[in-house]
Amino acid sequence: MDETDPAANVERLLRELTPQALGIVARRFEDFSAAEDAVQEALIAAHAQWTTNPLPKHPLGWLVAVACRRMTDHIRSEVARRNRETDTYLDGPAVLAPDIYRVAIDEPDDTLLLLFMCCHPSLSTASAIALTLRAVGGLTTAEIASAFLVPASTMGQRISRAKETIKASNPPFRTPDESERASRLSAVLRVLYLIFNEGYAASSGSLVHRVDLSGEAIRLARKTHRLLPNNGEVAGLLALMLLTDARRSARAGKSGELIPLDEQDRSLWNQDLIREGKALVESSLRQGAVGEYSLQAAIAALHDEAPGTDETDWPQIHALYQVLYRISPSPMVALNRAIALAMADTPQAGLKELETLDSDPQLRHSHRLDAARAHLLERAGQIEAAITLYQAAAARTSNLPERNYLILRAAKLRSHVN
Amino acid sequence: MKYILMMNAPSGPYQIFSWKKEAIQAHVDYMMRLNKQLTEAGEMLAGEALTEPDQAILVKADDNRLPITDGVFPESKEFLAGFWIVEVESKARALAIAAEVSCAPGPDGKPLKMAVEVREVMTSCHSDQ
Repeated sequence: MDETDPAANVERLLRELTPQALGIVARRFEDFSAAEDAVQEALIAAHAQWTTNPLPKHPLGWLVAVACRRMTDHIRSEVARRNRETDTYLDGPAVLAPDIYRVAIDEPDDTLLLLFMCCHPSLSTASAIALTLRAVGGLTTAEIASAFLVPASTMGQRISRAKETIKASNPPFRTPDESERASRLSAVLRVLYLIFNEGYAASSGSLVHRVDLSGEAIRLARKTHRLLPNNGEVAGLLALMLLTDARRSARAGKSGELIPLDEQDRSLWNQDLIREGKALVESSLRQGAVGEYSLQAAIAALHDEAPGTDETDWPQIHALYQVLYRISPSPMVALNRAIALAMADTPQAGLKELETLDSDPQLRHSHRLDAARAHLLERAGQIEAAITLYQAAAARTSNLPERNYLILRAAKLRSHVN
Repeated sequence: MKYILMMNAPSGPYQIFSWKKEAIQAHVDYMMRLNKQLTEAGEMLAGEALTEPDQAILVKADDNRLPITDGVFPESKEFLAGFWIVEVESKARALAIAAEVSCAPGPDGKPLKMAVEVREVMTSCHSDQ
């Protein structure tokens, strides 16, 4: 984003102010859903006005005043069913919104509460993601829709359904009880991680004009980390994002083709992000945090600090995957653990461990097991078998760059064989 | 996950054209209701109905990159009549939607049980795993 572009500056400011404004309005009216709509309208009005006129003296107060008036109008029109007035609202009074509403310095920061609300367990993952980006991230429905390549109307429906669901389950606007806090926080972290992955996965070639979802996820993770500086998993998640994002410009070629870790030009990796990520992991591990994000971040840090695949500390990566499997046993972790074993020991040892995954219901029909096995067979010099499995994996993946990578890998091996 | 649901119709003019008015109305209402539900569920990404198969044109290029047009292959038994692209949480949900499509009412008001081909749409996202 261009630092001197006034529109970009206004956008940045609005995204920063969104959760604060929403927190104040939601507290005041005790209606999260209606407050969220009102703040969105205030944001749109602010965007139109602030990019062409000087900023108001108290931008947050301005937003809150406009949103509160929108709330009042909403309540009034609900009662009187006088919709005509509200329809013309944005053309009229909003533009003249005065600076009178002063926000007290000690207004609580409700970002965390809003995150808990948006990642409420009653919501589907897709809904939680959309609502988080709008209510906490300050993105418009249209921006979120284009980021996920769905029509704006579809995204609008997802958001309004999400709010209806929240309304129906009527959660109190306060921090969850101690008993459910950990599970609620882990839902928040999961949503932030999914937003990051969505953005990271899409950050190639033709899609650069999309909203930078990984940047947005990092911003929200930073904010969460500031609010909960002593939580090791929050620090771990932020570190994991930074250490992954550091490799962004090396992971795809000129035409968007996938470049695997062992073939990436490591001089392109962002050393500032790596330093920051490593410092976070180290401090989080020093605090004794061994959660799934801090462990994954520790693994990412070992990759990031190695000059190449051969110099990578595979025994330690394997050990970390073993710990990760103990606290969060998933077939994908088992798969990565087998690959790490192959790299630390021999391809045969890794292949032997992969056999234990053959009966896994989740992996059995997935391309990942075939792809991992193909890589290890290639390392073991069993080229014919590797070709067969690369092709089998290519036929099963629904990911186009990955499919292209797998068929190219098979073709390369075939040309060596012939 | 994104899926395309392709609803096929037998080759030749659409049979619905010769249905009774009530049957046509019931069929159209059913499809519109289904589309509305999918849109409200936030699952609908796109959906279109296509003109009759006998309007279909088959195009190949000649050596000058110009189109050589032809009618439809006479041996094709089925033709794409319409499609939906949906984004759903699971494959099971995509199959359930396809079954709803398949149950659209026919000339006698009973479910047509048309064949609907379901294919996953590839993503162009990069993934590290």
